Amino acid sequence: MNSAQRAKERERFDFAVIANWIPPGERVLDLGCGDGRLLRYLRETRGIAGYGVEIDNTSVLGCIRNDIDVVQIDIEGGLSGFEDQSFDHVIISQALQAMHATERILGEMLRVAGEAVVSFPNFAYRTNRAAIVGGHMPVSEDLPFEWYETPNVRFFTIADFEALCAKLGIEIRERLAFDEDGQAVTDDPNLNGSLAFYRLGRKA
Amino acid sequence: MPLENSVGVVAPQRIRFNETLALKSGASLPGFELVCETYGTLNAARSNAVLVCHALSGGHHVAGVRADDAKDIGWWDNLVGPGKPLDTRRFFVVGVNNLGGCYGSTGPISINPQTGKRYGADFPMVTVEDWVATQARLADRLGIDTWAAVIGGSLGGMQALEWTLQFPDRIRHAIVIASAPKLSAQNIAFNEVARQAIISDPDFHGGHYGDYGVVPTNGLRLARMVGHITYLSDSQMGEKFGRQLRHGEPGFSYDVDFEIESYLRYQGDKFAGFFDANTYLITTKALDYFDPAYAYGGDLSAALARAKAQFFVASFTTDWRFAPARSREIVFALLHNRRRVAYAEIDCDAGHDSFLLDDAHYHDLLRAYLENISL
Repeated sequence: MNSAQRAKERERFDFAVIANWIPPGERVLDLGCGDGRLLRYLRETRGIAGYGVEIDNTSVLGCIRNDIDVVQIDIEGGLSGFEDQSFDHVIISQALQAMHATERILGEMLRVAGEAVVSFPNFAYRTNRAAIVGGHMPVSEDLPFEWYETPNVRFFTIADFEALCAKLGIEIRERLAFDEDGQAVTDDPNLNGSLAFYRLGRKA
Repeated sequence: MPLENSVGVVAPQRIRFNETLALKSGASLPGFELVCETYGTLNAARSNAVLVCHALSGGHHVAGVRADDAKDIGWWDNLVGPGKPLDTRRFFVVGVNNLGGCYGSTGPISINPQTGKRYGADFPMVTVEDWVATQARLADRLGIDTWAAVIGGSLGGMQALEWTLQFPDRIRHAIVIASAPKLSAQNIAFNEVARQAIISDPDFHGGHYGDYGVVPTNGLRLARMVGHITYLSDSQMGEKFGRQLRHGEPGFSYDVDFEIESYLRYQGDKFAGFFDANTYLITTKALDYFDPAYAYGGDLSAALARAKAQFFVASFTTDWRFAPARSREIVFALLHNRRRVAYAEIDCDAGHDSFLLDDAHYHDLLRAYLENISL
């Protein structure tokens, strides 16, 4: 399998994990939606009514080409304009680490939707730790950028993220972690998980 | 100069409507004419028609060149043509001069059948709603039950929006560019300065200048100069003209000193040479009055609840006349109503007038959106 095929396989896998949490026919908002391929997948497999939010011009054009309803605004400034609880699910798929206003975005997500789905690369994954120990910033399957060209601005771990959720009063309803081969990890996910997925809500 | 991907030489059609037209103002017209141009071919299912709505100074001549004047290229020719974003090989495109216009549709320079003289100031005020109502009659006449899309920039975008409210079942896609759901006080203020420039011109004669064989050239010229300032961005004006002096040094006179003065005077003179002052007045009032939320206590979401069309809304970052925030008002009101809407905020330096340019990203977006419209 070449790297493009592998990336596509990987993407399908991520999408499938998220789709599993999205009941059919829901209203879904995808933050940092890229060219809208996740929304397209969810529309095709779950029959959702989806909207994307994206700031990048090329990605917005990709959404239009993919017939995805995208709203071009900067999420860093919040989601004002989106009404409270106007979506069933809000998703941020491997984009939270590329944004500065982490706390605000998480708060806004649970304002506009009943449940949030968040996925991010775990910085404390075994091979990432090894890279640091070896004296270098990690480059891996889920952190595929050299330090000088990475779009990521927040580097955090499963443990860090869960501590932040606790601080913000966010309830973790479900967590899944996978290693670089896509195998589900249950034993010490902060060490053995490369990619983490969460279902989040407000504590009742 | 041969035009690339042009619809070529085009000829207008004049269509007569003999039934009385009741206008929103309470006035009525005993009948009226609209001039239009069409490009491409209406398909057998009549599902590929696109209406292009014009803004303040535009008209029915949207694309191609006129037979009698090869230099008169349509105002949106960069968008409309074979292979262009609004592709006339696929779509049947209609351009119309709105009622009250001065390019051939019934308006202030037309002869009032009751007096045998030009209407002049007696031509009733028309609104965006009236325009859309008359465009619908044109659609009937052309055999178009439902538009695949209605597209417009600025005031043209307001017409596209109004189509979705007045005839929700007759429009499948609304493409609303550099527009707003209503004018701000500042927008109205600029319009009022333009109107006062015209009305206070000694040659205006209460709007009956035609009877005196004159036109309020100075007023119209000033109106256009004020308008033009609002169409451009500060940065673009600075880039294009800066503080450049016409003769290299200050003249210490009120003749043209700075290049921007020369540009505005040129634009003003050009416009005053062909546009009708009463049409200008009527059109700015139509802009001022447009406010679909007014009947809903200012609640735009409630006003847009009727709309069924799928929307593409676009704004330009340097447009301060109808800033991106004005477009977002439309977007979020549509989201409230769970309508399909895509919104792009386009980086373009040219201010409000960006919607007329062929910025590559802007045209890519329109092409992509239009290509996805099913026929």
